[in-house]
Amino acid sequence: MISNKPVDAVIVGFGWTGAILGMELTEAGLNVLALERGNYQDTSPDFVYPKIADELAYGIRGKMWQPLAKETLTVRHTTSDTAVPYRQYGAFLFGTNVGGCGTHWNGQHWRPSPEDLNLRSHLEQRYGKRFLPENMTIQDYGISFAELEPHMDRFEYVCGTSGQAGNLNGTIVEGGNPFEGPRSRPYPNPPVADIHGAQLFAKAARTLGYKPFPQPASNASRAYTNPYGVRLGPCNLCGFCERFGCFMYSKASPQTTILPILMQRPNFELRTQSHVSRIVMDASKKRATGVMYFDPQGREVFQPADLVIVGAFQMNNVRLMLMSGIGQPYDPATGKGVIGKNFAYQMVSGVEVFYDKDVAINPFIGAGAGGNQIIDEFNSDHFDHSSLGFVGGGYIYGGQTGGRPIQQLMVPPGTPPWGEAWKKAAKDSYLHTTFVGTHGSVMSYRDSYLDLDPTYKDAFGMPLLRMTFDWHDNEYTMSRFLTDRAVEIVKEMKPRQYAVLMNKPGGHFDVRQYQSTHTTGGVIVGTDPSTSALNRYLQSWDAHNVFVIGASAYPQNIGYNPTGLLGGLAYWSAKAIREMYLKNPAPLV
Amino acid sequence: MTLPAVGLFGASDLLKAADPTPPYQPTFFSEPEWRFIQAAVDRLIPSSEEGPGALELEVPRFIDRQMQDTYGSGGFWYMQGPFVPTAPPTLGYQLRFAPRDIYRTGIASVDRWCSNKHHQVFADLPVEARDDVLGQLQHGEIDLGDIPSAAFFSQLLTSTREGYFADPIHGGNRGMGSWKMIGFPGARADFMDWSDQQGKRYPLGPVSISGEEG
Repeated sequence: MISNKPVDAVIVGFGWTGAILGMELTEAGLNVLALERGNYQDTSPDFVYPKIADELAYGIRGKMWQPLAKETLTVRHTTSDTAVPYRQYGAFLFGTNVGGCGTHWNGQHWRPSPEDLNLRSHLEQRYGKRFLPENMTIQDYGISFAELEPHMDRFEYVCGTSGQAGNLNGTIVEGGNPFEGPRSRPYPNPPVADIHGAQLFAKAARTLGYKPFPQPASNASRAYTNPYGVRLGPCNLCGFCERFGCFMYSKASPQTTILPILMQRPNFELRTQSHVSRIVMDASKKRATGVMYFDPQGREVFQPADLVIVGAFQMNNVRLMLMSGIGQPYDPATGKGVIGKNFAYQMVSGVEVFYDKDVAINPFIGAGAGGNQIIDEFNSDHFDHSSLGFVGGGYIYGGQTGGRPIQQLMVPPGTPPWGEAWKKAAKDSYLHTTFVGTHGSVMSYRDSYLDLDPTYKDAFGMPLLRMTFDWHDNEYTMSRFLTDRAVEIVKEMKPRQYAVLMNKPGGHFDVRQYQSTHTTGGVIVGTDPSTSALNRYLQSWDAHNVFVIGASAYPQNIGYNPTGLLGGLAYWSAKAIREMYLKNPAPLV
Repeated sequence: MTLPAVGLFGASDLLKAADPTPPYQPTFFSEPEWRFIQAAVDRLIPSSEEGPGALELEVPRFIDRQMQDTYGSGGFWYMQGPFVPTAPPTLGYQLRFAPRDIYRTGIASVDRWCSNKHHQVFADLPVEARDDVLGQLQHGEIDLGDIPSAAFFSQLLTSTREGYFADPIHGGNRGMGSWKMIGFPGARADFMDWSDQQGKRYPLGPVSISGEEG
């Protein structure tokens, strides 16, 4: 076995959390090594125009996605089923290479609502202890919104997020989201200009008494220099955003916000094509001594390190903890154990909105996030749930992110999928169709979890992760409520025709249709080592020099996109490491 | 009205007439398979005065090229066993066939079925009969043996739409014909100048990755 020279800190995975922790720990003077299983990629030469404007290569074949041929996961609906592999992309799109999903994301940049962070105690206090279903295993983060705010703020300023504040230090600001938690500063950039579908949505929503506001977007609305001195360019609404790298240097990603500085630091090193297989523990099983990884030649290498930062995608963080034997694996039969516990997802629905030819939507004009309009009346606990039969909620949005015809072309309901009638419908609808969607939370449940698959293996012969997940009544009811509100707005938009797409009771989680890449949980944060894997600083309860940072830490999924919270948690955890852990390497709680 | 001679037979047309592009020779599909692909895509997206069909946009060329790519050999898919084709459809594709195998197995089976039923291979059937066979495949009503007919149809339709709408750099969508028909500006990818003119129809035609303008 090859053994490398020790480093102060090793980072597993080099996306958003890896880049942020790399920055923070090198600033603290540590020698930091990041191990990334994929390759290096950057705006130039990898995302340059016009080669990037290739829907087939990026949007459909997935040039920036994790190659499933080498590694995937298996899926089943219940513990009595046999899981089978996720063989082709559908429901979610994992990332690979430097930047990971943080490079091919949309830039939808949200904070959670304050009550999302102490959800169980908040709901029990407002509605009583018997309000929540017995099998719902939601928990508090153990971190307050006020504690996280400066870190979420910092991440927004690094990303150059464009938006309109709705609550500045407790004062409600016209035109922003009046339901958001108090923010200490405005967004660093003004909102991206609305696209036409969003304008139609906002007008209708306003008529119905809602308070629409521009989608907070890490698609820069103007030239911007972030606190690290890295410059972003203005978004040109190219329509090739999510699933693509940004050729305009506008979409925030590790490449466009952090790496130009971090890669120059003498105490930082990145090794690509380095696939971490497990964290190595000492004889006491209380402390990690480093990680094992496969180098580009396929050799197993031991990398000693005093500090291990697990910063891969949510699924990979969970798998690495299970393969390393850190923390007790979760057992749904007893509800005991913590690793793999509380897997959650996102419940989405949509309404396709068809206009006559006098309405020019120009669907190809779009940013991944900016330009759309939102209402947030029915997210989190912004509304009274006492008689609704569910908890949670989501936002409703209007607009679109592009009009790439293989993926995004919509035809009216009842159109045959092929033949002359389909072609004519495609021709007649394309320029005159927009979208209204809902983006809903998913609670955690005793029977929704992740463990290692007993049968299927990855390219290195190691077990795949196994997902056991299906929808629950709470989410069906929530989605029905949210979708009904969306349809009311759509009717007010006065289209010629509309079509509703939603999950309905009696169905099952379906991996074939893209829904969201917002998978969460499995290595969750909390206040009690018997019910969570991490303490409030995202430090493993079981191995004090292992910090696991990512959406894997969410005890349940919020109704917002996860990246804003994820970046905030990364800076929060980094501060705890710098100010407390490095002075006294021990459990912080 | 008298038209100038050059208007009847423009310079570029003269060049084409003098040096016609030779028809594409498939490298993956055999002759009978190639005839099937052409006859099928021609019905999935037919040509009419509304807009171009899959055949005139060279969708068969696109599919043949895809078969020689990583995609065709299943290189993008997790293809390790055990395979459980009886798993619920909601858990996704569980067959052991890569796209190349789907086409090779599926085309032979459909032609065999057509020969038994109609005494002609698919490509030789009249259009109404071809539409009828495609409809039955779509609804899983034909027993193709090893491959479910709906899975074969789904592959065929997916490839056809991809070839119809993808950038011409991949071999289909000749002359950006589908983009012109629907109004997609292709690889233009810069709408900064239209962000304050929302609701007005975008005026420019498409461009392709290789710089073709339409």
